[in-house]
Amino acid sequence: MNSNGEPIIEVVDLVRKFGDRAVLKDISFNVHRGETLVIMGGSGCGKSTLLRHMIGSMKPTSGSVRIFGEEVTAMNEREIERVRRRFGMLFQSGALLASLTVGENVALPLLQHTDKFADEIEQIVKQKLKMVGLTGFEDLKPAEISGGMKKRVGLARALALDPELLFSDEPTSGLDPIMTAVVDQLTLKLTHGSHMTAVVVSHDMTSAFRIGTRMIMLGHGSIVAQGTPDEIRNSPNPEVQQFIHGEADGPIPLNLSQDEHEHHQYVKPRPFAFARYRFHHKTP
Amino acid sequence: MVFIGVRAAPMVALTAFSVGVTLAMQAAHSLKDLGAEMYVPDLVMVTLLREMGPVLIAVIVIGRSGSAVAAELGTMKVSEEIEALEVMAINPVQYLVVPRFLAMLVMLPALTIIGSYVGVFGGWAVCRFALDFNTAGYVLRALQSADTWDLYSGMIKSAVFAWIVITIACNAGLHVEGGAEGVGQATTAAVVQALLAMLVTNAVLTGIFFFSA
Repeated sequence: MNSNGEPIIEVVDLVRKFGDRAVLKDISFNVHRGETLVIMGGSGCGKSTLLRHMIGSMKPTSGSVRIFGEEVTAMNEREIERVRRRFGMLFQSGALLASLTVGENVALPLLQHTDKFADEIEQIVKQKLKMVGLTGFEDLKPAEISGGMKKRVGLARALALDPELLFSDEPTSGLDPIMTAVVDQLTLKLTHGSHMTAVVVSHDMTSAFRIGTRMIMLGHGSIVAQGTPDEIRNSPNPEVQQFIHGEADGPIPLNLSQDEHEHHQYVKPRPFAFARYRFHHKTP
Repeated sequence: MVFIGVRAAPMVALTAFSVGVTLAMQAAHSLKDLGAEMYVPDLVMVTLLREMGPVLIAVIVIGRSGSAVAAELGTMKVSEEIEALEVMAINPVQYLVVPRFLAMLVMLPALTIIGSYVGVFGGWAVCRFALDFNTAGYVLRALQSADTWDLYSGMIKSAVFAWIVITIACNAGLHVEGGAEGVGQATTAAVVQALLAMLVTNAVLTGIFFFSA
């Protein structure tokens, strides 16, 4: 791919600590125009945290994140908003506004950020929904469609403003294999045809190898491996091999995800947890 | 706006009517001993306009709309909707809080006016059918007793209450953490805090109006 020119995303020595614990340690990478970067890693390894730093909703402890050549870590809300208009984001759950219909959800960024007329917006909404295979679903509420559909609507909404850059958090989890292929092809078409850049967080190895032009594997908050899909596939690193083949036995410790998770968020003390446990798990 | 205002109207009317009736009966009972039954309309009118109207309607609106706003925004926070708005470069305060704020600021005083007059109507029902008043006499007495300042002070109060209630409710909703449980806690906290803040403010405002008048 054309990896020349200024990188679209530039992450340098990113460190994020929650309390004493570093969730991200010295992460550095670049993403160039037209590339599709796939970020993989076990649950709680810091993928979502990394993504949140790139979209400017979290501030790093140290290090820098530059998007379109602009430093987002030092920006105030207004400046971040300006950058955010240039990229789209697909959330893991779709994050549709429950009070609006599917069509209104897709139209929302257009209504807020463009001066287009209502019928023009309606055309764009129809076209975007068609791209994700949801023609005719405009008037349903998010509660009336399935999880996979919500995600596709979320994708249509993320693409509504024809962004230069798309972030997706697990775009294919919860989709059936055919829909996964459709979404992957859409990503490929946009990155190849329209030179869109994509950053995809994914667990789905089939999809990751299908769309990725470059891959990063995170573990324990740092980059375990990065390279082209071929380099990753042939990586000598046993952690990478365990992850891409989905094996239970290997160098990745099993308590990893739970351990990380507990440090991610404050866990409410549950006074009767033990008694409840005893009640449900009667020991003979 | 429709939710906060229009759909709350029947409930507000019923409450206000019962309060008006109760007030009139209590007033009649106490004033009878003094031989001053003719002052019942005064008491009902002034009490409703200045105190009971704004406070009671605010209590209803806190229970109905304050909790609903806190729960709605809380659920949106939990399901990443607020974050999605931010990432779409849409300011959630502008998009979600401002319309609710305006709706509350318009609707609470409007409901208070409706409530006060329905309450006065309740007082009329008692006076007309249980005491020796005719309609004209009641209306005349009631209108004579109240001056515009009574109405204004009630309106000022309910506007201040609206501001307190919606601020507390939105704040609680936007700061929800930890799933459905968090939403429940935030809703309860919003109702309790709003009620306390509203009642304390009412005491302060009444004090100000009382000593400055």
